[in-house]
Amino acid sequence: MPVTLHEWMTLHSALALNLSGCSLTHFYHIARSILVKSEIYFDRYDMAFLDTFSGIETTDELLDRVLACLRQTRDLKLTDEEKKELAELDLDQVLKNFERQLLEQRHDKDYSSDNGGNRAIGTSGTSTQGAWGYNPAGIRIGQGISRNRRAVQVAERRAFKNYASDRTLDTRQMKVALSHLRSLLPAGQAEKLDVAATIDATCKNAGELELVWEDKVKKGSKVILFMDVGGSMTPHSRMVDQLFSAAAAQISRFRHFYFHNCIYQDLRTDMDGSSTIPTLDFLKAVDTDYKVIVVGDAEMAPSELTWVNGAVDYWYHNDKPGIVWLQRLRATFPDIIWLNPLRRARWDAVKSVRMVREIFPMFELTLEGLDDGIKYLIQGKARLHRAV
Amino acid sequence: MDYFKGTEDYVISPELRDSVNVSIALGRPLVVKGEPGTGKTLLARAIATGLQKQLFVWNIKSTTKAQEGLYMYDTVKRLNDARFGDRDISDIKPYIKLGKLGEAFAATEQVVLIIDEIDKAELEFPNDLLNELDEMSFHIPETGETIKAKHRPIVIITSNSEKELPDPFLRRCIFHYIEFPGEQLMADIIGVHFPNLETKLLREALKKFYWIRRFDMLRKKPSTSELIDWLQALIIAGIPASLIEKELPFVGTLLKKKEDADLVASKTDRPHYAYSTSTKSRRVS
Repeated sequence: MPVTLHEWMTLHSALALNLSGCSLTHFYHIARSILVKSEIYFDRYDMAFLDTFSGIETTDELLDRVLACLRQTRDLKLTDEEKKELAELDLDQVLKNFERQLLEQRHDKDYSSDNGGNRAIGTSGTSTQGAWGYNPAGIRIGQGISRNRRAVQVAERRAFKNYASDRTLDTRQMKVALSHLRSLLPAGQAEKLDVAATIDATCKNAGELELVWEDKVKKGSKVILFMDVGGSMTPHSRMVDQLFSAAAAQISRFRHFYFHNCIYQDLRTDMDGSSTIPTLDFLKAVDTDYKVIVVGDAEMAPSELTWVNGAVDYWYHNDKPGIVWLQRLRATFPDIIWLNPLRRARWDAVKSVRMVREIFPMFELTLEGLDDGIKYLIQGKARLHRAV
Repeated sequence: MDYFKGTEDYVISPELRDSVNVSIALGRPLVVKGEPGTGKTLLARAIATGLQKQLFVWNIKSTTKAQEGLYMYDTVKRLNDARFGDRDISDIKPYIKLGKLGEAFAATEQVVLIIDEIDKAELEFPNDLLNELDEMSFHIPETGETIKAKHRPIVIITSNSEKELPDPFLRRCIFHYIEFPGEQLMADIIGVHFPNLETKLLREALKKFYWIRRFDMLRKKPSTSELIDWLQALIIAGIPASLIEKELPFVGTLLKKKEDADLVASKTDRPHYAYSTSTKSRRVS
């Protein structure tokens, strides 16, 4: 979970202001709102919170019995001398007191009768435990309402599991993922006053002011998408196709091609492969400044990559092995990445994935993977990619 | 220090209340994200009403520039005025117009400022406001003036996550993600809108509503505002609760896409009348 020092300091200033009101539930909310800046990390926050605070649950339960009886009463007024005396108690002593008091009071039925004393647990007192009292070294055990909903329990529900980013993209997240793709777009220029043309037009207009605005120049980014369709990719490719056809509206020059398992000498321009263009011609003619994204699971028999006539389609003959075409593709486009819907953990177990990874920088087809991949593309890191 | 508790007509969850109060106490902008129709924009209005402060609304469009929020120097007007020499244009001040952010800073009292749908603007937009929101001040080079907030305004920023907001921007903000309200909270919210609603009708309507939302395949899930519209339609048509249980009258108010309505209809055994409400109303009467 990315947390910066800046945010960590902010949390401390919030705690210094006692915004959490010494309640774990409030602390849970406050720390989350300051430290976590995306709902995709909420689940990890819950897990971290559980890891840190689940141990104190038993204490909470014990306290609940005490709290059930505590009621808010009149404010406490102390002289400075008394305050000084109390401040001198150290924490060990306080804790010892607390334990002893709990033991002594274990069988008491009604804690609320302890008001204003100096020894027992109650309210408005000067003992070292209780609420709304005064003791700088004291243990405060909750006050006010809604203490019964414990933060640990909230965290335990892990309600944000569905927002966790390492899940494969689903329909909801597709919309969010789309927004990442827009970062490929350089921003359009603003409208500008064309000074020279304005002077010109104003002169022609006998000095009557005539404003001329420069045309809005909108630079678009160029993206080519290669998609694996067929076999194990069928469910994924439909999703990816949806994703990218929506993106096509955003990206001014968007091209897409299809392949089955590996790219050979013909590039499919539609899903079923009924119309194709020669790959070699395409690679020669295309502008190489396109950003290229290949989507596929790269899971195939190694022979499909390395053999002449190794293509998975029986009737298809390729005179060059698929891996040669992949290398040519890689060599043509400096900015290219491969998105894989398979979980990263499985990549090393599949030989063909290992081989493809040697050629292309590979990312998982998840929100995070897509995000990383797009960043990688924009920063031009794909040019530096070496075999893994 | 101001403490926001919610208002009569805005039901607030405890976690959102905590976030709002942290944001107020620390003087940092609060970024509110969430599904459409979860009341993000209304939040700022509720805070302004609850704390009795003036509200400034800055609606962001795709063409909005950060500069517009601070101030605009109307050079064209000044150029135009200069033509006849009939007025003094040496003073630039009248041609400087403060934007919403500028107005909020210049206000004599603490105000509430909402920057609505910040993700609509271009990617660099939030970064252009980093310093201004941090320091709550900016400089106008044309007049040499510095506008500095006397009281840091309470800034609420809403986002529909159309674009990701930049990390340096988020670092300076408090973040809150509004979860879609659960049934209990939703019943409270509905209660604010329709105080005299039949309990049975509400229960049946909510049951159906959450049942529809469970379909992951929906192109657009119905949100709170659609539920409210639907209930309004049900009340006006006088449809009894028992009928909602059996079929879905006025499903067109909940589902705005034909495909979605078809999908839901395919899950109910009865035909739906999504787009022929007239048939429905005949039956009811």
